Amino acid sequence: MSLESIRAGVELDLAARVVELVRQAAGPSAEAEVMVRHDAQALTRFAVSMIHQNVADAVTTVGLRLHLDGRTASGATTIVDAAGLRGLVERTLAATRLSPPDVTWPGLTPPSPLHHSAGYHGSGEHSRLDFGFDEATARATPAERAERVRDFVRAAGGLETAGYCRTVYTSAAFANSAGQSVEGRTAEAAMDGIARSDGADGVARQASGRLADLDGGALGARAAAKARAAQNPVELPPGRYEVVLEPEAVADLLDNFSVFGFNGKSYAQKQSFAELGADQFDPSVTLIDEPLGSRDEHAPGLPFDDEGTPRESLVLVREGVTKAVAHDRTSAAEAGTVSTGHASGASRTWGPCPTHVRLEASSAATPSPATGSAGPVAESARPLVARMERGLLISDLWYTRVLDPKTLVVTGLTRNGVWLIENGEVTAAVGNMRFTQSYPQALGAGMVLGIGSESILLPDRWSGTRYAAPALHLASWNLTGNASG
Amino acid sequence: MSHFDEASAAVQAALEAGARYADCRVMVRRTESMSARDGDIEEVDSDESAGLGVRALVGSSWGFYAVPDLSDPAARAAGRRAAQIAAASATVPGPPVELAPSSAVEASWANECEIDPLGVSLSTKGDLLVAATAAAGAAGADLAQGALSVWDTRKWFVSSEGHRIDQHTRECGAGVWASAFGDGEIQRRSWPSYGGQYGTRGWELVESLDLVGNAPRMAEEARALLTAPLCPTGETTLVLGGEQLALQIHESVGHAIELDRILGWEAAFAGTSWLDLRKLGSLRYGSELMNITIDPGIPGALGSFGYDDEGTPAARRDAVRDGIWVGVLAGRDSAAVAGLDYAGSVRSDGWARLPMVRMTNVGLEPGPHTLDEIIAATDDGVFMDVNRSWSIDDRRLNFQFGCEIGYEIKNGKLGRMLRNPTYTGIGPKFWQSMDMLSSETVAWGTPNCGKGQPGQVGHTGHPAAPARFTDVRVGVRG
Repeated sequence: MSLESIRAGVELDLAARVVELVRQAAGPSAEAEVMVRHDAQALTRFAVSMIHQNVADAVTTVGLRLHLDGRTASGATTIVDAAGLRGLVERTLAATRLSPPDVTWPGLTPPSPLHHSAGYHGSGEHSRLDFGFDEATARATPAERAERVRDFVRAAGGLETAGYCRTVYTSAAFANSAGQSVEGRTAEAAMDGIARSDGADGVARQASGRLADLDGGALGARAAAKARAAQNPVELPPGRYEVVLEPEAVADLLDNFSVFGFNGKSYAQKQSFAELGADQFDPSVTLIDEPLGSRDEHAPGLPFDDEGTPRESLVLVREGVTKAVAHDRTSAAEAGTVSTGHASGASRTWGPCPTHVRLEASSAATPSPATGSAGPVAESARPLVARMERGLLISDLWYTRVLDPKTLVVTGLTRNGVWLIENGEVTAAVGNMRFTQSYPQALGAGMVLGIGSESILLPDRWSGTRYAAPALHLASWNLTGNASG
Repeated sequence: MSHFDEASAAVQAALEAGARYADCRVMVRRTESMSARDGDIEEVDSDESAGLGVRALVGSSWGFYAVPDLSDPAARAAGRRAAQIAAASATVPGPPVELAPSSAVEASWANECEIDPLGVSLSTKGDLLVAATAAAGAAGADLAQGALSVWDTRKWFVSSEGHRIDQHTRECGAGVWASAFGDGEIQRRSWPSYGGQYGTRGWELVESLDLVGNAPRMAEEARALLTAPLCPTGETTLVLGGEQLALQIHESVGHAIELDRILGWEAAFAGTSWLDLRKLGSLRYGSELMNITIDPGIPGALGSFGYDDEGTPAARRDAVRDGIWVGVLAGRDSAAVAGLDYAGSVRSDGWARLPMVRMTNVGLEPGPHTLDEIIAATDDGVFMDVNRSWSIDDRRLNFQFGCEIGYEIKNGKLGRMLRNPTYTGIGPKFWQSMDMLSSETVAWGTPNCGKGQPGQVGHTGHPAAPARFTDVRVGVRG
């Protein structure tokens, strides 16, 4: 990350200039909202135990949404000189005038102060909130990322390794013609890697607001231990199995719940399983979207959304009862409620989704049973495994796709390690299996036999999204295929 | 306006900073997208993006840097930064990197385009989507959606080996979707395909789709599916429509023959491949009816170009011939590692992303039959078409697909409509069971192929026709 990329006020100035350009070109009746993002992303990628792709980019994007005479259009540009901004305004204005009437325009966000971070105590007020922003992460160099990769590779003890170390810095500002004007910045880091042993893979991944929290050596050692323990897998017949899902696998559940279940547009269009106020999950399940972080955790996201609505924590499920879905201003208007601060560039089309979901860990601190050596079981999953008479320990889920959005029946595969558990002990590695499972049913009343006592921060494939997931002990998981078909 | 000078400046700066090879892509892209719901426009978006991406090879390590600034100083700084990043890569080095030969080319290319899609007014586009979704709604859809997209990309490529290539690619496409809500489930029908049909063509492609004319039938079929019997469970003869077979090719052949996957370069994310390079030229992938080609030169197909993002000219190549695996999708560095003498399949989804091995047009050559002949020759089986869901393992072996609609086949005729049809299998076993193949080929476009970290969205094409497979497990349910 270059020193010059850490700048203050640049994005807010750009946003204000575009709002003024719109006023000059279209008059005071035009409703304009402008989101300016400067994203500096760097990703050091390794495979076959070498760095084979090492990339960085720094891009400022100006997005404009314009509503005029009952019609709406959006535009964006990466050309931020005077001509580029003028072109954006003229193009979007022309598109607005040519567009069909928009009967769903929800109006602009009124001037609103930003919320304080739940977990970080150094927040300011109204503007330039840092929310635990770590400047060292924003300034991370290719060498710092490469060092963590080197540590991961070395700790794997000669096993083939692959993965990435990523740092992202975002500085953003929002302004609209109703007077809302906010800015913020965030940094995040993530590392995700596998170790490979005779066709068996083990995984370790972690997200944080601070690169300094990522220990490549510890992650590499964990991945290698899993890979070694995954060798010589047996093939099990399809069927319903009791399972312990490790945090990496649980993150996939949170992802699908977010995209298809707690999506305000899907909810408004009756395509979601979510029913507000209904007992839809086991009473042990509480899901909270935390874009501002929690418990002294460095904040993962910007403190406002693409419509300028301040972000704050949103309880999606409290003790098994569905409480809320995510809304932008459009879906909120359709549902007769208010925005929850989940607008994005794509939310009008694809719907607003939670992007920082935490499955609350169990408050009952259960000590991990003593283990003689590093095995395949993640520390947070050990108490759950110890209680399982016969079932499967699943590290990770892969290529999950929804068969029916209403019931959220999902098919996918296990990946990066499956083990047979008998009487609380790992007795065999198991080959990867296909599953076809309704996610809400899997977490329904009586189906959750235990939740781990620690939520692990895990990155999504896209920066700007992450999950906090504990291990999860479920009564039944429908495995519908194995390596033979 | 040419941007060769900026690209050359970036390359020169990378060389001066220690690179032994460098290339640069300057790209300027205009996009338009529009969506509608139930007779109203939902979103109109018009974007512009411009920038350059520099790739530098220092010793045996790569670096890449991209900026949205086309000034000469910015280009030079980007070239230097790419070389610095490459130097950091040497912290965890690999074996020496060579590049498969590529003749220096100075060339210009543009795809055929009768009606400039950016020249069609937004009101015309909006009228089309409003009419199509209104027609679906009037025919009984509980939710009618439509969307279209346009991409106009100009690209200038310069390499330190002497390439100077500019390309102008215009792409567009559209689709309409009708959903019917039942008691606890949703049925959806799409026209003409799951995500719409797309190609390297002008607006004439969208006009040819007849969205308005087909929307009512989609609504009627979606409603009929709510009360149709479930797809039976068991092993049977499966006939797939061309749209579904296109995605089958994409997932179980196209990705499997990507050389970077085969070499393990995507192991942690996209995955590897079940294919072993030592068996290239001898491994039986499918039945003798299976002939898969890699052809980025198909006019109008979504994966077409004149030159890939390493400057290699588009060339047709066999991937599977008479059922035997004979070719891969390769780039210059991966080809050199594998000892192959061809590349030509490296692409990036924009100036800010590293070019990598991607599908172009990967498709099935036509067979000797028609769909009617295939149905008539089937005593007992299931016909499925139009993708609804897809999932495949990280080695591209174990797949499960869901389709929007199915029909019984009894005694050579289509019977009852079937809802929630799914099928599952293992790639080579499935392809080896293909015993009939239609000649009715369509080059389906897939504009949403994900790969890479940071993620990239690729545009790929897949010529495909209806085909029959035996002893396939169908009706997998949760």
